[in-house]
Amino acid sequence: MVLSSLSNEEIRRYSRHLILPEFGMEGQRKLKQGSVLLIGTGGLGSPLALYLAAAGVGHMGLVDFDIVDESNLQRQIIHGTSTLGIRKTESAKMRLRDLNPHIDIATYETQITSENAFDLMRPYDVIVDGTDNFPTRYLTNDASVMLGKPNVYGSIFRFEGQATVFSPKHGGPCYRCLYPEPPPPGLVPSCAEGGVLGVLPGVIGTIQATEAIKLLTGIGEPLVGRLLLYDALTLRFRELKLRRNPDCPVCGDHPTVTELIDYQQFCGISPEEAHRDSTIEITPIEAAEWLRSDHPPFLLDVREANEWEICHLPGAVRISVNEIAERMNELDSAVEMVVYCRSGVRSARAVDLLRQAGFRKVKNLAGGILRWADDVDPSVPKY
Amino acid sequence: MAVTVTIPTALRQYAGGNASITLAAGSVGQILATLTEQHPQLGKHLFTEQGALRSFVNIYVGDEDIRHLQGIETPVPDGETVSIIPAIAGGV
Repeated sequence: MVLSSLSNEEIRRYSRHLILPEFGMEGQRKLKQGSVLLIGTGGLGSPLALYLAAAGVGHMGLVDFDIVDESNLQRQIIHGTSTLGIRKTESAKMRLRDLNPHIDIATYETQITSENAFDLMRPYDVIVDGTDNFPTRYLTNDASVMLGKPNVYGSIFRFEGQATVFSPKHGGPCYRCLYPEPPPPGLVPSCAEGGVLGVLPGVIGTIQATEAIKLLTGIGEPLVGRLLLYDALTLRFRELKLRRNPDCPVCGDHPTVTELIDYQQFCGISPEEAHRDSTIEITPIEAAEWLRSDHPPFLLDVREANEWEICHLPGAVRISVNEIAERMNELDSAVEMVVYCRSGVRSARAVDLLRQAGFRKVKNLAGGILRWADDVDPSVPKY
Repeated sequence: MAVTVTIPTALRQYAGGNASITLAAGSVGQILATLTEQHPQLGKHLFTEQGALRSFVNIYVGDEDIRHLQGIETPVPDGETVSIIPAIAGGV
């Protein structure tokens, strides 16, 4: 393959790479020729996109369907106050254009699905997984294995991160060798529910960027067959061995999953669950009216103590969703009850637990505090 | 005669907030049984109702996945570390 040449301007820009003996002109020309698809331009995607663009990766694709929100800016450093409310792909593209006008940037304002995954990934050399949910992670994995492309994996939770490279070409394992099956919905909280240290995706995202650059240039030893763990609180890195499972349904010796499947279903998210039973939900406007009436319901807050400190609804009593099972005896099943959390997800879980235990007069506040702030009381802070 | 079991952030709330717990050496199965006796809430996060280890929770002895050793029969010698590493999916 003939590598593209570098202009004098590019030589000036990339001089600190060019004088690295391991990198040189050849490495830089490989980067210019190379292409990376970033799935997600959020916490991990921000440092990834910035460093890969700055390094001179010639062709970058950004997949995201979200818009920039104030609560993103604590960690999603590619976006800014001036790009609030616009598409993340557009916001990211503007920043990257300014950072490096010598590269191509394609944007895909869509969610990656089983229908479009192959088309999105096919043109790219390296796939980088910066998503935030299990269905997309399994989809990204399976599609990468089926296309024979390396998948640079990173994930984060609160103060901890994981990173590795799944590369069929290097004979390495895939995500399914690491975790054959996803957790049932609700058992593992998301960052929106559990929180995340803002600088954490910076650490894991830059490790992913390092690996993408190494894969494109062929220098060094890729993070294949090793799971890197990072704990910000103790500031420790650890490495665990990761082996290919010969019985893996996707990358094993006799694969049984040979085309993309329904990943929502695989992760236990049924359509019924996505459209929760409306009879056990109550809107903030209805709840507010009820609370003002002569027979107001008991208000149960199932968030954590630190969230309660940010804000809570007047008259509420707090029992964390994680303690509901043990502290159910503190609640009266004869009393009408409205349960709330930040967005309505944890409270739905609490309502399920209470209903299973025989509480029949329990309703979930749809949309939680976030929707309460929108529809009832704008003085309540959204977080 | 003790081994260290590391508890990931996501499960610490079910283990009295501990980042690691010191237990007597034995097999992985024996160690996890003692652990869930001491912290019953941890049990349902590690095991299915049928008592099998959940497939999104990996257990390592040292740096090796017990799936590639002897599963829960894997002996854990004195001074070794048992790590519980559940799947996490966050990224944005």
